[in-house]
Amino acid sequence: MKVSDNWLRQWVAVTQDVQAIADQITMAGLEVDAVTPVAADFSAVVVARVTELAPHPDADRLRVCQLDDGSGAPRQVVCGAPNVAAGQKVALALPGAVLPGDMQIAETTLRGVASSGMICAESELGLVEEKSPGIWVLPDEAPPGEDLRRWLTLDDHTIEVDLTPNRGDCLSLAGLARELGVLNRLAVQVPPVEAVIPVGDEQFDIRVADAAACPRYASRILRDVDISAPTPLWMAERLRRSGIRSIDVVVDVTNYVMLELGQPMHAFDLERLGRHIEVRYAGEGEKLELLDGQQVALDGDTLLIADAEGPLAIAGVMGGARSGVNSQTRHVLLESAFFAPLAVAGRARRYGLHTDASHRFERGVDPSQQVRAIERATRLLLDIAGGTPGPTVEVCDHQQLPVHRRVFLDATRVARILGMALAHDDIVDILTRLGMTLEPSGDGRWQVGIPPWRFDIEREEDLIEELARIHGYNRLPVRYPRAELAPKRVAGDRVPLDRLRHLLVAAGYQEAITYSFVSEALQHAFAPQSTAPVLANPISSDMSVMRSSLWAGLVRAVMYNLNRQQQRIRLFETGRIFEGGFADEAGELTQTPMMAGMLCGGRDAEGWSARRDTVDFFDLKGDVERLIEAGGSGEAWRFETAEHPALHPGQSARLVRDGRCVGWLGALHPRVLESLGIKTDIYAFQIELEALTRGRVPRFTPLSRYPEVRRDLALIVEESLTVQSLLDVIRTEAGDSLVSLRLFDIYRGAGVAEGYKSLALGLTWQHPSRTLTDGEINQIIDNIVAVTAERFGAVLRG
Amino acid sequence: MEHLSSLVATASDAIEAAEDIRTLEEIRVRYLGKKGEVTALLKGLGKLPAQERPAAGEHINHARRQLEEKLETRRQLLEQAALAEKLAAERVDVTLPGRREESGGLHPITSTLRRIEQCFGAIGYDIVDGPEIEDDYHNFEALNIPAHHPARAMHDTFYFDASHVLRTHTSPVQVRTMEEQAPPLRLISTGRVYRNDSDLTHSPMFHQVEGLLVDEGVSFADLKGTIEAFLRAFFERDQLDVRFRPSYFPFTEPSAEVDIQCVICGGQGCRVCSHTGWLEVMGCGMVHPEVFGHVGIDAQRYSGFAFGMGAERLAMLRYGVNDLRLFFDNDLRFLRQFQ
Repeated sequence: MKVSDNWLRQWVAVTQDVQAIADQITMAGLEVDAVTPVAADFSAVVVARVTELAPHPDADRLRVCQLDDGSGAPRQVVCGAPNVAAGQKVALALPGAVLPGDMQIAETTLRGVASSGMICAESELGLVEEKSPGIWVLPDEAPPGEDLRRWLTLDDHTIEVDLTPNRGDCLSLAGLARELGVLNRLAVQVPPVEAVIPVGDEQFDIRVADAAACPRYASRILRDVDISAPTPLWMAERLRRSGIRSIDVVVDVTNYVMLELGQPMHAFDLERLGRHIEVRYAGEGEKLELLDGQQVALDGDTLLIADAEGPLAIAGVMGGARSGVNSQTRHVLLESAFFAPLAVAGRARRYGLHTDASHRFERGVDPSQQVRAIERATRLLLDIAGGTPGPTVEVCDHQQLPVHRRVFLDATRVARILGMALAHDDIVDILTRLGMTLEPSGDGRWQVGIPPWRFDIEREEDLIEELARIHGYNRLPVRYPRAELAPKRVAGDRVPLDRLRHLLVAAGYQEAITYSFVSEALQHAFAPQSTAPVLANPISSDMSVMRSSLWAGLVRAVMYNLNRQQQRIRLFETGRIFEGGFADEAGELTQTPMMAGMLCGGRDAEGWSARRDTVDFFDLKGDVERLIEAGGSGEAWRFETAEHPALHPGQSARLVRDGRCVGWLGALHPRVLESLGIKTDIYAFQIELEALTRGRVPRFTPLSRYPEVRRDLALIVEESLTVQSLLDVIRTEAGDSLVSLRLFDIYRGAGVAEGYKSLALGLTWQHPSRTLTDGEINQIIDNIVAVTAERFGAVLRG
Repeated sequence: MEHLSSLVATASDAIEAAEDIRTLEEIRVRYLGKKGEVTALLKGLGKLPAQERPAAGEHINHARRQLEEKLETRRQLLEQAALAEKLAAERVDVTLPGRREESGGLHPITSTLRRIEQCFGAIGYDIVDGPEIEDDYHNFEALNIPAHHPARAMHDTFYFDASHVLRTHTSPVQVRTMEEQAPPLRLISTGRVYRNDSDLTHSPMFHQVEGLLVDEGVSFADLKGTIEAFLRAFFERDQLDVRFRPSYFPFTEPSAEVDIQCVICGGQGCRVCSHTGWLEVMGCGMVHPEVFGHVGIDAQRYSGFAFGMGAERLAMLRYGVNDLRLFFDNDLRFLRQFQ
């Protein structure tokens, strides 16, 4: 909502400057976005009358004007505008004037003819942005010699208020003035509106098919309106300062009344209407050409004004081209209706529209002022463009009008919610100035009648907010909540997410945050087996599917950095992945928090003592083991050889915790790398966060006082045998006293046949309550050798 | 005794000439060992007449002590020299960088969220979490934003179907928590939220922090105190000006926007604060009775406040980041600045 400061001051006699007003209403909850001068800076421009006009002796396109500038002495100006004519009132920049854009006006000679000044166009004065086609012709009543700024009150500002959707009542001068009035405890001067006595009794047949959607519809016929009558400058200026372009007198008057009272109006060309009009919902397949030329196919829940021939207008949104007022119009039908917010809400948006009318109706227009608005518009039109008014006709279903709400207010509750008591007198004064009626109901208790324009006030809290904001939020006290300080239980068997993050940070990873939605292609590359929820209205196809793998986002972050000369990259992210969806076949939706990482490039950062080789699977696995160990339940986890569509089939493992797959790790599949144009190997892991954060409270085992026994063992096995399966068997055979089992070497080469490897193992035993004998240990070793020989064909290396 | 003094002189010369500990040890054995020459003289004392023995013994012992001292002095000298040589050989350039895994770092948004969680966690707020794909009920309806409510237009929602959305704010977590737990409640919830809007100052995904406190006798004054103290704590400025502006959120009443004195220019007016001296940083208000109604909390007995803020905005102000999009590019050169 944009409004002129001067106009506002005519309603409320505030004395502070415009910035102070802006601050005041901002702090009352009506946020002022901007305060801008209504005209650019210029000086020494006066009203003048063109008394004579003669052709320029030496230039076809120029003319020599004699002007009366009020000084008594005639003034000669050479002018090139095609529309200049004798008798016109014009804006004359005198020599010495400075116009916007630092244009200096001086005495000059144009093709040999003296010119002392310049006749200005609106754009030259910075009043309109687009270049005017000719000079600005002022209305006849403009007094020659008068300073133009003063005469047009151009030392004014436009205040632009960005209203929250609950404050539709402030989308008018009346509403803003009411706010300014209560804030300054000043009376509001409402311009009087008197009923215009009708001439004759011509009425238009209005039928309202759905009274719930349109509880009130007022109309009036106005015959013989002079559509060519110019809109008075004062009105055009007020419209301009509110950001509304002047169209013609009828449209301008309806817009003016909307600005003044907040009631959107519409004018139909009477001669282009059928015999009656109806307010009804659109039927199947109906179409309408709107005033802006757009053709729309109407939905069934769109409320229309229609005649027998079809739709005329979308109710409360925009009129149609067929019945609009144009330069040929002589007779008009004025419409001033109350459409229920729910019957209008969302409709304009659906057709890609947003109009002053829809903006107001969606938020709620005062349902009591339709007739008042029509009277005001009639008066203005008659004064400007003449005509013969018929009677104002109102179709109203009082049952369907919003109920007149009454809300109980208790001053003690005000004090409780705000943390401070307000004087009863102040409560009454503030609410009364806001248009409410207060009926006492005991000491400090009232039944408050809510005015029809306040759609947002339904309960006591709403009234308390009104009191608080008018009193001033910043004058309310400051306190701190009190609480009972009972120590809180902290789950000892959870690994805090932060700890996991810090482990990765210590391992050289940078945390990334990538979008939760990815392209279909990336999604397919990393999680082809998953169905993921698809956005109905994505921002772009690159961000259309919810990720089923954090890798889809991380790989883009890796690529971003590879493309910027970074070679050694370690990134991790925590976030949800999404699977399933809402389509019938999609399966139940899951939103699983995951932790994922990607690494590539050098094992160490470049340095004087750094290892020069690049990372491989075991760097990746080491980082994963680090995370697993944080939970203290390493034995619950297993790395299993398994294939994943995005991973290298020979370098991928499934992570299993307590028998359930909770993650994957491996090298990205060369095919995936190639499809993304990546020329370096990338290793990646992704693990369910729940599995990583499920820890344990440590449990003490008494320390043994007896000596440890260590034996080393080298077993030759087939290359294809996984170490894990061998270790599992050895651990079982080694008995309960085994305290450590380590693989300390893998050997291939001389002494070991091709296709075999020698695994060197260190086993350590310790018994809690006695010294182990060589005999026992030898027995265990013999068993291990025998069992591994039998199960895996393992041979003891001699 | 002539023999003794020449013996001492020879031994002394040998000691002085010894270049290492082993040579020195050989000299000691040769003169002072069990079969050493000085030891032999002592053993020969028995052959002297009884009255000469004390003086001769005295002489030999004197010579022996003399040699022992010289040996010790020389030994210390040689040891020191050896140590000095070893130390010199072991010298390193301490200005060379240490050997370690280079540290990574947390994302600045994570750090910001943690910081806010710490501010509130320290005074007993629970940290809770909620789903990012929400149903219409929790994202809108239960927060007093029914279908067709004009406030929905402000949210630019991402939809999956008619009843499922990407949450547009963290406020649904309030509802979910209140559905499950009875007052008193103190909670903070942080996380990703989504709006269908993307330009210089809007990201389709960003992070919010939601706070909620419900108890008996909670007033707007408590809300003001909490927010003011939080903002001063977050920015570590005790004198930071904070102001509350009436605003509108369907799920709070009264509602307020919170402005702080611009932390870039100190309120003097700059590009960041659009020359107003103020920065809008968060929204808040008293929990709307309609919301309490949806979750079955008695609005006559309990009252509460809720607040919400954008983590990116706070991070930008705190770290001086000037472009929202940097947070999601994951450029290592950017991320490393926050290690």
